[in-house]
Amino acid sequence: MDTRTTSAPFEPVTPTNYRVNYLNARYGIASWLLTKDHKRIALLYLGSVTLFFLLGGIYAMAIRLELLTPQGDLVESNTYNKVFTQHGILMVFFFLIPAIPAVLGNFLVPIMIGAKDLAFPKINLLSWYVYVVGGIFTLWALVSGGVDTGWTFYAPYSTTYSNSYVTLAGLGVFINGFSSILTGLNFIVTIHTMRAPGMTWFRLPLFIWSHYATSLVMILGTPVIAITVLLLALERTARIGIFDPQLGGDPVLFQHMFWFYSHPAVYIMILPSMGVISELIANFSRKNIFGYSFVAFSSIAIAVFGFLVWGHHMFVSSQSLYAGMVFSFLSFAVAIPSAVKVFNWTATLYQSSISYDTPMLYALGFIGLFTIGGMTGLFLAAMGLDVHVHDTYFVVAHFHYVMVGGTLMGYLGGLHYWWPKISGRMYPEGWGRFAALVVFVGFNLTFFPQFLLGYMGMPRRYHMYAPEFQVLNVMSSAGASILGLGVLMPMIYLIWSMRYGRVAAANPWMLPGLEWRTASPPPTENFEVTPVVTWEAYEFAPPEELQVIGKFEPGDRPDYPPATV
Amino acid sequence: MQSWIPFPDSASTFSGQVDALYLFMVGVTTFFVLLISAVIIFFIIRYRRQLPFEIPRPIAGSLKLESLWTIIPFIISMGIFVWGASLVVTQYHVPKDALEVYVVGKQWMWKFQHLTGQREINELHVPVGRKVKLVMTTEDVIHSFYVPAFRTKSDVVPGRYTYIWFEATKPGRYHLFCAEYCGTNHSGMTGSVVVMEPSDYENWLSGNANQESPVAAGQRLFTETLGCASCHKEDGTGGRGPALTGLLGSTVLLDGGQSVTANEDYIRESILNPRAKLVRGFQPIMPTFQGQVSEEQLLQLISYIKSLSPGKTSGIETSAPARSNNPQTGPATSATPAAGPQQTNPSGATPPKPASSPGTTPATRTGGGRP
Amino acid sequence: MDAAHTGAHGAHDSAHSALQHHFDNMEQQREAGNLGMWVFLIQEVMFFGGLFLAYTLYRAQYPAAFAAASNHLNLTMGAINTVVLIVSSLTMALAVFYAQTGVRRAQVFFIIATMLLGTTFLVIKAIEYYDKYRDHLIPAAGMFKWEGELPHGVAEQHLQMFYWIYFAMTGLHALHMIIGLGIMTWLLYHAWRGRFSPEYHAPVEISGLYWHFVDIVWIFLFPLLYLLGRHVGGGH
Repeated sequence: MDTRTTSAPFEPVTPTNYRVNYLNARYGIASWLLTKDHKRIALLYLGSVTLFFLLGGIYAMAIRLELLTPQGDLVESNTYNKVFTQHGILMVFFFLIPAIPAVLGNFLVPIMIGAKDLAFPKINLLSWYVYVVGGIFTLWALVSGGVDTGWTFYAPYSTTYSNSYVTLAGLGVFINGFSSILTGLNFIVTIHTMRAPGMTWFRLPLFIWSHYATSLVMILGTPVIAITVLLLALERTARIGIFDPQLGGDPVLFQHMFWFYSHPAVYIMILPSMGVISELIANFSRKNIFGYSFVAFSSIAIAVFGFLVWGHHMFVSSQSLYAGMVFSFLSFAVAIPSAVKVFNWTATLYQSSISYDTPMLYALGFIGLFTIGGMTGLFLAAMGLDVHVHDTYFVVAHFHYVMVGGTLMGYLGGLHYWWPKISGRMYPEGWGRFAALVVFVGFNLTFFPQFLLGYMGMPRRYHMYAPEFQVLNVMSSAGASILGLGVLMPMIYLIWSMRYGRVAAANPWMLPGLEWRTASPPPTENFEVTPVVTWEAYEFAPPEELQVIGKFEPGDRPDYPPATV
Repeated sequence: MQSWIPFPDSASTFSGQVDALYLFMVGVTTFFVLLISAVIIFFIIRYRRQLPFEIPRPIAGSLKLESLWTIIPFIISMGIFVWGASLVVTQYHVPKDALEVYVVGKQWMWKFQHLTGQREINELHVPVGRKVKLVMTTEDVIHSFYVPAFRTKSDVVPGRYTYIWFEATKPGRYHLFCAEYCGTNHSGMTGSVVVMEPSDYENWLSGNANQESPVAAGQRLFTETLGCASCHKEDGTGGRGPALTGLLGSTVLLDGGQSVTANEDYIRESILNPRAKLVRGFQPIMPTFQGQVSEEQLLQLISYIKSLSPGKTSGIETSAPARSNNPQTGPATSATPAAGPQQTNPSGATPPKPASSPGTTPATRTGGGRP
Repeated sequence: MDAAHTGAHGAHDSAHSALQHHFDNMEQQREAGNLGMWVFLIQEVMFFGGLFLAYTLYRAQYPAAFAAASNHLNLTMGAINTVVLIVSSLTMALAVFYAQTGVRRAQVFFIIATMLLGTTFLVIKAIEYYDKYRDHLIPAAGMFKWEGELPHGVAEQHLQMFYWIYFAMTGLHALHMIIGLGIMTWLLYHAWRGRFSPEYHAPVEISGLYWHFVDIVWIFLFPLLYLLGRHVGGGH
């Protein structure tokens, strides 16, 4: 291969591992619950986010089981409505939004920019507690009897007609919002003020750029949902007229305020995932990202334009046709930066050196699924078509392609990729690849039939449906069971690997990023001395030339060679 | 359609146009997904890692390529935008000569009333080849009127009227769904739209003809039940309330200098909240009727008041679901008036004449609204 | 702040005792704190923004009702409160100045002055709220009753709408004032102990930013709620 250089064979001078790291630096429950270490907080988030994901997943299974038959014979309508509502609330607010920023971002943002911690460690811990309190309120609503408004809480159903625990669940979402705000605030300040010497803006890994863009959305959008939900609770309890027309309010105002946050929230979910994918694509093909600055600025463009398109959720809601056209136009515009990313990721692979490790499989799967998810978004942005498919399973399929095919794939890919850094152990590669494949197949089988269902006209949130929709629903349910297995596998083998996995080297993938220049798992302070960055992002060098930050205790077991082929 | 391809029935004038855009977009999506997949698969095979520590030559990027894959998707997406936007104008721009049907959504049923008096629940009978306009509202939460075979839907929002229209092309029975989640029995809020040949429709109408038309019912409410007529005299005498003759579509001058175009929403607001927009020259003496009239009675009252402006009946331009207050834009699809039914079924086409013949209607009225 | 870890790491030579372990130097720490507060305030703008949006929308929809309801607010008390807050901003700015120059007594004096003014504001606000309660203007179900003739073209429902916006906005603002007073108490304690010096005064600066922001919100609320529309329907 004339375009490649190789440096093998050689003796590795890769950083070996600390005996004392952030995991074993202190013991005891208090050392975890009162920690200010961003890495430990990330693990706290990992645990709680996984818990909510499991709960949401159980609800998803209940939905798919119910929809096996058209008659709605498994549970009652009321129960079914609560099930899909709670699936939505848990997955959106307690899994998708915090998953990547609060777990991977929390762990990696400081390390990747060469900082010892986030700028406000106490606020970081506070954000986790806020998240937990919000979660407890939501769970409280769930066990008291549940919520049945749909995760969108549309007024006046939510403010006046629903008999379920709307206020309590709304309070949970309200509180949880502040966790998001605090995380975003921490990231913005950290990225601005705490970069290591030499770490200029254009040397930042794209993971950091995407988290910066995400944080902007968190800061600017989340307060609006907070005030919206607060007003909803006020209207429900004090009967003041905000959204209910009987009290003089305007139900469409609720939709405007809700989507002003909840559309950008989609970018809170997908942007960090795009950051992960940029890392995976570059690192597992040992190639710098094609058009780095275009990918970086496309994140910012998405964050900015994302605030101007909320009205595309309301084409059929009695919004003015002309307003709709503006929103439609802007929605098409916001698709362009996403397309640019996909093309750049693809181009990065050209003349690269691609490994087939598990994270890369997730990344490649992401590109395919996100392309479908993104392109079907254009169907919905085209007003004439949206009139037909709005509020049908087409929409359900579209946003699951983006949320699951995008965010979940990125999350799982990133979790595998950084697992050796987080846990100090390698995950089992064979199982990893197998699970990735199962997730991909199961996912497509679950959600592709829903596009067809949607175009046929099956409305979403239907407990019973017309018999002609059954075949596709059965396919979807079958796929869901495969997908369920696929996502359970990593949970099991990742936990297994924490004890029995192969001990990971500091730099198992032989990569230049700052997080790979410290031990696995890293010490509490991340780096022995503050690193001085003299290299560009994704500047691949032979391993013996990689500058190692800090000194390492001799005698630690070098785990080598890496797990690649 | 073909049973092995999941595809919905196509039964309205614009369902084919929606399908065309859909299939075009399916084509574009397939093209890009296949293109990207093919390129990726080629790359991952061609450039798979062969030596554990090989380092490929870095490539910074290419401005040419970046511009190319910014501009080409932009052009394509702008094409789709224009296509989609022009389609929605067809779907939502209600033509003038449409047959009106009143729709009230309620947890969890659809109630219909034809101008000729027939009332239906969860079933709507319409003639084939005839433009039908639905004036819709709801008694409680937001619903959404969705007929997949017609490729059209609109939310039904409490406190306001939304409009939708279609012209069925094929007789048959089609699904009617509520598409906006509305509570416990949301998935049971379904029904059918029955599209009939004009002659069958005639038979159906005459078989159900003994019901009071909404105009007549509205008139009864107006003159007897609610006693509106004691202030709103036909000739405007007495000065307590403005005459309502010729009101619809006119511009009403309000107390405080503003003016408003009288449409369904305005009449509705004036009944429920008379003080919100006070007509210039009248005292705020009208009581509110909030809680005293149901949504259906409101529609009947409106339909009666509309019948007092015969030239304008169903003449308010509405680009539903937008609430349009611009009566002068021409409808895109009213070039050819509907055929057959208008001649064969005069009773279904025009509402009954109002009790009195209206006088000349000035374009702008000062005393023409209501108290 | 947390100084416990400082000694553990040799990286900071002659480090200030207030320097947190994960910052390289005081300058970085101050910069981070300042930026953090600015980002927080941007978030606050969006938070209040939702209410301003509701205000704008409904004011445009029901101008007469809003004007009439606004006439019922106590302009004198609102105006006094505006002056009180503006003066408190001045005392806060002076407290920051004396923290930067490290004059302990003046710091303490001006922080106390700011707190007194803030309390004055809240007391006046409480009196206003009580008046509204007495006049049955609490916009909750069953508690709202407009006494006397309804003005021309105005429905009671829309008067009530003005009052919920009034209570939501001023209530949220008052909540921010109360939090501000809590922060001031903390500052007072540390100022009393002479903690702030030309080298370390970031907490005073940052709290000052917050205090000024809360004042500015009031500067918007006062004209929107008390003044706007007064001349329109004032004669009736």
